[in-house]
Amino acid sequence: MPKRTDISSILVIGAGPIVIGQACEFDYSGTQAIKALREEGYRVVLVNSNPATIMTDPDMADATYVEPITPEVVARIIEKERPDAVLPTMGGQTALNTALALFNDGTLEKFGVKMIGADADAIDKAEDRQRFREAMDRIGLESARSGVAHTVDEAFRVLETTGLPAIIRPSFTLGGTGGGVAYNKAEFEKIVRSGLDASPTTEVLIEESLLGWKEYEMEVVRDRADNAIIICSIENVDPMGVHTGDSITVAPALTLTDKEYQIMRSASIAVLREIGVETGGSNVQFAVNPKDGRLIVIEMNPRVSRSSALASKATGFPIARVAAKLAVGYTLDEISNEITGATPASFEPTIDYVVTKIPRFAFEKFKGAEPLLSTAMKSVGEVMAIGRNFKESLQKALRGLETGLDGFNRVVELEGADRGAITAALARQTPDRLLVVGQAFREGFTVDEINAITHYDSWFLRHIAEIIAEEASIQSHGLPADAAALRRLKGMGFSDKRLATLAVRSVGVAGGLAETKARSHGLLHDALKAMAGATSESEVRHLRERLGVHPVFKRIDSCAAEFEAVTPYMYSTYEAPMFGEPEDEAAPSDRRKIVILGGGPNRIGQGIEFDYCCVHACFALAEAGFETIMVNCNPETVSTDYDTSDRLYFEPLTAEDVLEILRVEQQNGELVGVIVQFGGQTPLKLAQALEDAGIPILGTSPDAIDLAEDRERFAALVEKLGLRQPQNGIARSRDEAVAVASRIGYPVLMRPSYVLGGRAMEIVDSPQQLDDYIATAVQVSGDSPVLIDQYLRDAIECDVDALCDGEQVVIAGVMQHIEEAGIHSGDSACTLPPYSLPPGIVAEMERQAEALAFALGVRGLMNIQFAVKDGDVYLIEVNPRASRTVPFVAKAIGQPVAKIAARVMAGEKLSGFPPFKRDLDYMAVKEAVFPFARFPGVDPVLSPEMKSTGEVMGLDIDFPTAFAKSQIGAGTLLPQGGTAFVSVKDGDKPVVLPAVRRLLELGFTIVATGGTQRYLADAGLPVELVNKVAEGRPHIVDLIIDGKIALIINTTEGWLSLKDSQSIRASALNAKVPYFTTAAASVAAAEAIAALRGSQLEVRSLQAYYG
Amino acid sequence: MADAALSHAPQPKGATGVLVLADGHVAWGRGFGAVGEAVGEVCFNTAMTGYQEVMTDPSYAAQIVTFTFPHIGNVGVNDEDCESLVEGAVGCVVREDVTAPSSFRASGGFDDWLKARGRIGLAGIDTRALTRRIRLSGAPIAVIAHDPGGNFDIPALVARARGWPGLEGMDLARIVSRTAQEEWEGGVWSLGAGYAPSPDDPRPHVVAIDYGAKDNIFRNLVQAGARVTVVPAQTPLDDILAMEPAGVFLSNGPGDPAATGVYAVPVIQGLLARDVPIFGICLGHQMLGIAAGATTAKMHQGHRGANHPVKRLSDGVVEITSMNHGFAVDNASLPDNVIETHVSLFDGSNCGIAVRGKRAFGVQYHPEASPGPQDSFYLFERFVGMLG
Repeated sequence: MPKRTDISSILVIGAGPIVIGQACEFDYSGTQAIKALREEGYRVVLVNSNPATIMTDPDMADATYVEPITPEVVARIIEKERPDAVLPTMGGQTALNTALALFNDGTLEKFGVKMIGADADAIDKAEDRQRFREAMDRIGLESARSGVAHTVDEAFRVLETTGLPAIIRPSFTLGGTGGGVAYNKAEFEKIVRSGLDASPTTEVLIEESLLGWKEYEMEVVRDRADNAIIICSIENVDPMGVHTGDSITVAPALTLTDKEYQIMRSASIAVLREIGVETGGSNVQFAVNPKDGRLIVIEMNPRVSRSSALASKATGFPIARVAAKLAVGYTLDEISNEITGATPASFEPTIDYVVTKIPRFAFEKFKGAEPLLSTAMKSVGEVMAIGRNFKESLQKALRGLETGLDGFNRVVELEGADRGAITAALARQTPDRLLVVGQAFREGFTVDEINAITHYDSWFLRHIAEIIAEEASIQSHGLPADAAALRRLKGMGFSDKRLATLAVRSVGVAGGLAETKARSHGLLHDALKAMAGATSESEVRHLRERLGVHPVFKRIDSCAAEFEAVTPYMYSTYEAPMFGEPEDEAAPSDRRKIVILGGGPNRIGQGIEFDYCCVHACFALAEAGFETIMVNCNPETVSTDYDTSDRLYFEPLTAEDVLEILRVEQQNGELVGVIVQFGGQTPLKLAQALEDAGIPILGTSPDAIDLAEDRERFAALVEKLGLRQPQNGIARSRDEAVAVASRIGYPVLMRPSYVLGGRAMEIVDSPQQLDDYIATAVQVSGDSPVLIDQYLRDAIECDVDALCDGEQVVIAGVMQHIEEAGIHSGDSACTLPPYSLPPGIVAEMERQAEALAFALGVRGLMNIQFAVKDGDVYLIEVNPRASRTVPFVAKAIGQPVAKIAARVMAGEKLSGFPPFKRDLDYMAVKEAVFPFARFPGVDPVLSPEMKSTGEVMGLDIDFPTAFAKSQIGAGTLLPQGGTAFVSVKDGDKPVVLPAVRRLLELGFTIVATGGTQRYLADAGLPVELVNKVAEGRPHIVDLIIDGKIALIINTTEGWLSLKDSQSIRASALNAKVPYFTTAAASVAAAEAIAALRGSQLEVRSLQAYYG
Repeated sequence: MADAALSHAPQPKGATGVLVLADGHVAWGRGFGAVGEAVGEVCFNTAMTGYQEVMTDPSYAAQIVTFTFPHIGNVGVNDEDCESLVEGAVGCVVREDVTAPSSFRASGGFDDWLKARGRIGLAGIDTRALTRRIRLSGAPIAVIAHDPGGNFDIPALVARARGWPGLEGMDLARIVSRTAQEEWEGGVWSLGAGYAPSPDDPRPHVVAIDYGAKDNIFRNLVQAGARVTVVPAQTPLDDILAMEPAGVFLSNGPGDPAATGVYAVPVIQGLLARDVPIFGICLGHQMLGIAAGATTAKMHQGHRGANHPVKRLSDGVVEITSMNHGFAVDNASLPDNVIETHVSLFDGSNCGIAVRGKRAFGVQYHPEASPGPQDSFYLFERFVGMLG
């Protein structure tokens, strides 16, 4: 069928900020969709509040609205742009919900906008539990037995159909508070009572327990001629009970007979037809009873999803691109499979490798959060690995996670533990349960025993058991001395590092003694080495090189080699020689090439912003005529799309894996260099190994980066340049820390060295708190020291992003933080241009930036953080590499900053690029977005440790409106009236006074606690007194729970007052009341509320702003 | 691909199996299943599930199947997933060692099962490299051999491979077909209930000629409403007509359709002349084509897998199909009385025909699935619907 000609412009709705459960996979899908639609000649209008996305680059869509994704704002965009259609299936749940709201309120009809991809009824049918269940009944598919209850009696009636164990889920509570699994009637009654109590609607959902069942996902694509294909099946290693986003998964399904698989295949297609997903990609989830194969439909998503991204990367089939083409009327057979270039998209990809995904978590960032997995997603990122067998794939994924694992590392706490402790550990659904399984094998557990506890399929368990058995053999005998045996080990996925660790133990010296000796030099070491085969990672590498044991690269071709692959999308594997040599398909070109190392799995502190920079490097260097080669292992990203770079290696970012890629790429053409400065800490950590191997590194030298990170070296430079830093010191013990802190004077800012995202960074007010901190920090930083800084209380923090080519420094942007210094810069809102800094201060920061760039020899990007206090500029830190703020700056000023930097790194001069326009006639505000709601019990307060998962940008002509947009975009609904609660520390009282006055003018009622109430009343403001929690009831928390508070302004000083006020923030979070925990943000919020008053938000595209 | 000079790599330690190509290339691995040696044409199958069905499909007679998916044997074997009791492929080549089965349906392991059926397995082979070789230079003739002691006489194995005539011109249907007539019993499989019994209501009678048939074809005919009598490949026309069939089904099977057609085509032509409704699958489809005046040819690498897109030309719908064929009806050879009904979207090769003015049609692919997608069941209903 030809494409639709009744539409000519299409609105694509993005997913907004990165949050848990909705991450950069929607940038990948949206970007693909926009490219596909423009290819077909449609005018594309995009709305997405997330500036760190590739899709919001101004040359992607025809009109790009970086505006909040709310029905009201999107309606304004529709009114202005008058698109003929809206494509709601590329932006996750956010886009679906927004489109559905616009359908329900009549906006779409009013402006004649058609929904393409999925219509309102299909979305509703898939989302509405009751309608979905009825639909499944109609096509003869089973759903989990369940029912809703409002009383205990009703609950017991539901129990008759579900049976025990039963799952109880209270309606409308955060993170499933008050629910649980009941195994007996007494427990059932207890959980139902607590669930009814916790639910604001006194309602619980009771479900048949499918815990321990096998879990599968099918990725389905359907076109309007009713052709339907399965792109990929995914099997969860973690059985039912752990959210699929938090589960270790493999593709394809590995433990189904064809008859079972075909039942699932036919059922998936039947689900799409029944729900009415006319065109595009959907995901259907199933639970399968391992005892009898009974199949239950869990849910379906009538849109592309995180699993679609995984399935796309796992098979090479670009689901989002194809779904976009289908949405405008093409059929599958009219779309070509670009991987083969010769076959159509109407087929089912078949693969000849195993794909493993392991999620990455951030529990350590959230004090008080228990690291337990459940049906609510908690992971912040994921790694995907590809191997020719499950073992290789799994072990590659473990090392690609970058959580310090080289493979199946030992679980030290369980070594020699009694069986009861190990059984208990196996039964807990923790993020590291896979390692516990490995340890349990070491401790003598059998496959059947572990299967009975974990319900991991025994097929997976046997492979893990074989890995552990092989480890034991290496520990006994050392490494083999012949190529075939070593290749066999590498083919099981063992890293060189893991092999070295295991081999050292073979020497039979008790405990860690052999390792200690191995590290020493001389004869003893040689003897050890001879016995073990090799004792360090580099020695294992030398052993491999001597024996000629190298990986080969195979192509991901969607067809298991049935057709030739024209797209160089590759992974490594250790393959046995077939007819002489192991067959390698890398076929490196003879071009001049640059390798860009990506950022690996997303984590808090290293997310989409770095992928954005890597993607821009690919684009820019391709434009400059280089062959671009991308290495990454994150399936959610645009960087791992096969058409982002010329060549893509889907590989873990370890020295071993990267060096093997470079070895092959150097066999032909010229490797101009490697870019390590764009992907965050991940590639930077590899810089030394690359330099040691003689690989050219482009841009700023790793030594300069080290200089900036090294406290002592950096302090010397600062002194030489005559710049001012906060007082600081280094401590390697508790006593040293106490001494340094008392020299500087409390409060101090403490942190371990070499971390991103402020891991374990804390403001310390007293020696007692310092003791508490040292206990945690030492754990975090191992044997590296603790850094101690003077804390500049109430200083204004600034970020400067600049470019340098050695001859010239160009300032891209100066950002003023809204939250005061001490809040991690990634968690702080900021404005560009600065909203309240005098020009002299800005000029001084720019002067210092220039001096630093030259002194460090920066080639490319540099980020500097300053604090301004009492008119003085303090240098906080310098990062001579791409920073988190680069995409925000680029979008705010309308310049491809990262692209220019990449070309400067490749040797071009800044003078060759047009100058940046710095005098903006609008204001850009960045606001951070937090996952606190996912972690019940965690205090939602900002600190020097980064906790945000994503960001939004608000753009408008003045600061208050831009700030208001940033708040709305981040999900904070600023109230237009009601009661505001104010409780602030003494230093903040004068600061918030004008804000409170403003709120009163706007008609708010103000309540405040003791000191604050007195201060405000003394200033002549009509403020009522309310009890603190400790002062008797009714207190402030009672008011919040009762819905009587519309806005909260709450700042604290010191540790204790922070603890006292935790219940206020927790209940505000639960009741979704906007709260501000810094004075500056509170003032901005009051201004924003005033700006919103009475006027509708105006929308404007980036293209119009840049005009 | 390394050249032949490199192919005589010394036997690695622990090699207990070998694949020896007629051109002298030798791939060492680990043997499993039966001990011994067998000669055949090497093909590859890209399906990720259904290895037991593949290994019991008689159409693979005289072939060595390379499974492109690395893990084969995961779910073991069971009594239900057999497509035939006669022998199909002589051996299989896989990348990974076979593991113990994990499935509630398993009654045993793949390794022992192959051994019991006298079929040779070879593991530890870069099956992707082998597949690429087949794609680049066509399906080779080879000997697969397994010896636990690792004793192989490579020159003798090369000679054996060279001495094998190849599939072209080979009539294998005669060998794998039933030797006696059989009243077919049993409908399609469902979870929990297994194979349905044949209903005893009056039904149109289909005589199915077994050229090496997969049982699931007969089950699908029963499901679509027919009563089925299966007869041997060389059953004379008069015997078939004496059974008063409402329709005749021509099954799949191994070998060269032109060779089997020597005796099968005249029978089919006799049926066409009498306007007996005919439905052919795979080899049966090819011979229907020959009977109607088309020719067949050997393909470069064949189509074997469960993901092959076929376009139904009547309405443009795409069916995802299960395929297993190394010969095809040459669509350039179709006479005016033959309509092309389906084509492969992979390479445009013929996938279905109908004879103009007759109630006779055939498809190159496997609508009975097993293994593979069940998108094309309608063809059985269409056939049974013709039987009036």
